[in-house]
Amino acid sequence: MSPRVTLAIAARVLTQLRRDHRTLAMLLVLPCLLQALLWWIFEDTPLVFDRIGPALLAVFPFFVMFLVTSITTLRERASGTLERLFTLPMGRLDFLAGYAVAFGAVAAVQAALAAGVAVGLLDLDLRGPAVLLGVVCVADAVLGSALGLFVSAFARTEFQAVQFLPAVVVPQILLCGLIVPRERLPQVLEAVAQVLPLTWAVDAMEQLATTTRTGEVWRDIGIVLAFALAALALGAATLRRRTD
Amino acid sequence: MLDAVGTIHSAVDSVLLVSRPLRTPAPEAHIQHMMNSARAVVVSTSGLRVVRGGRTVIDGLDLEIGPGVTGLLGPSGCGKSTLLRSIVGVQRLAAGEVRVLGEPAGSASLRSRIGYQTQSPSTYDDLTVAENLRFFARVLGLPPDAADAAIAAVDLTAHADAVAGRLSGGQRSRVGLAVALLGSPDLLVLDEPTVGLDPVLRRDLWRLFHRVAADGTAVLVSSHVMDEAERCDALLLMREGRIIERGTPAAIKAARGADDIESAFLRTVERDEDGAA
Repeated sequence: MSPRVTLAIAARVLTQLRRDHRTLAMLLVLPCLLQALLWWIFEDTPLVFDRIGPALLAVFPFFVMFLVTSITTLRERASGTLERLFTLPMGRLDFLAGYAVAFGAVAAVQAALAAGVAVGLLDLDLRGPAVLLGVVCVADAVLGSALGLFVSAFARTEFQAVQFLPAVVVPQILLCGLIVPRERLPQVLEAVAQVLPLTWAVDAMEQLATTTRTGEVWRDIGIVLAFALAALALGAATLRRRTD
Repeated sequence: MLDAVGTIHSAVDSVLLVSRPLRTPAPEAHIQHMMNSARAVVVSTSGLRVVRGGRTVIDGLDLEIGPGVTGLLGPSGCGKSTLLRSIVGVQRLAAGEVRVLGEPAGSASLRSRIGYQTQSPSTYDDLTVAENLRFFARVLGLPPDAADAAIAAVDLTAHADAVAGRLSGGQRSRVGLAVALLGSPDLLVLDEPTVGLDPVLRRDLWRLFHRVAADGTAVLVSSHVMDEAERCDALLLMREGRIIERGTPAAIKAARGADDIESAFLRTVERDEDGAA
């Protein structure tokens, strides 16, 4: 693995994003607008917003990074750029780390904006340290990127890649505690929720909103990062220098 | 367009100024070495067998490719791309061996010594020409002026700041070619680089290939257009996964008593079919 190649890839991915204004708006502005929409919906019941708001902060990076990475890496596979990179001095880890660094950086900006709007303008209660909220968002984004990269190996077209969104991401959003608190789910579904990574990212956000203690937040971050590493390993397995 | 040939030549000179860091001999020593050993082998395959999607595309191919410009000619679907992919080390092999510049194809040490251009441009449509070239130059550990020199070599300097996806098909394929030229590799593998181009541009690209070859880079170019044969130092005629003829264009024509390579190709195929019947 070479830091030069990793940074070259990260810088290139960020340049591509910068050029694509619509995607950039989706990454940075849309989370703030959706947060504001949610606040408006629960205008008369601010307690509900205080419960759902933090959870939504965890859902954005995961959802958006999954979508963007699955499409961009599918393009790399389909357009021949990945094959070209494999004939050059680039290792698989350079490729994975380059994407993780680029989308991790975008996630940090996204988290700062979305949390700034939620806490500053919409009066969301945040008791824990704001820095930790950023850490959760970055871990969550890397997880989304890694899963997106993995599933892109199983899609032949961008249309097929988008189909993984309802299949892989939506069930996690339904079960993560955003709609019904996890402990009020039927027992089987609660058990399923326990093994889904987004559940732990949402749990971390809820902890940050309700208590100043950080022990469980760190545990949740550890779990999310473990899932992210597993997804990166799966993604690495789908990046093959030699193909049929 | 590549109208001023002189400009292209001086541009190629500047490409060669920025060599890839791992390149072993100096260019002059390299050419001298190739001149000295009359049978210098850049690429060799032995018993190469490739199966793609359950179909045997190449079955037991033995081959040697030397310096200069070698043309790999044959109809679409005959296995040209598969052979080139095997040489650059991205094709899964069923059996056999491919050696490039004295090492097994796909070795890590070869990755900074081979320039490869697939049939698609294999560049980023949403980046400018310059951003594309600088990115690949960084991956190779080359300074930004190597990128500028490669852009000049394919005469795209005027379009350096244009987004690659907005260029014409021919211009985009030249962006891909520029990436392959980065830092003057020891072996240049080009898959149909001249397909669909304006004849003037095609002529200029062939001049570029010869210029690069004269500076010590072995060039392997595939094409399904038989009239490009005359522009090559050596030819490999391929059909159904086999090399049916090899040699200089003149020698192949003489051996088959043909006026052009297409007729020579046909005569070889007819002879083989008669033999089989």
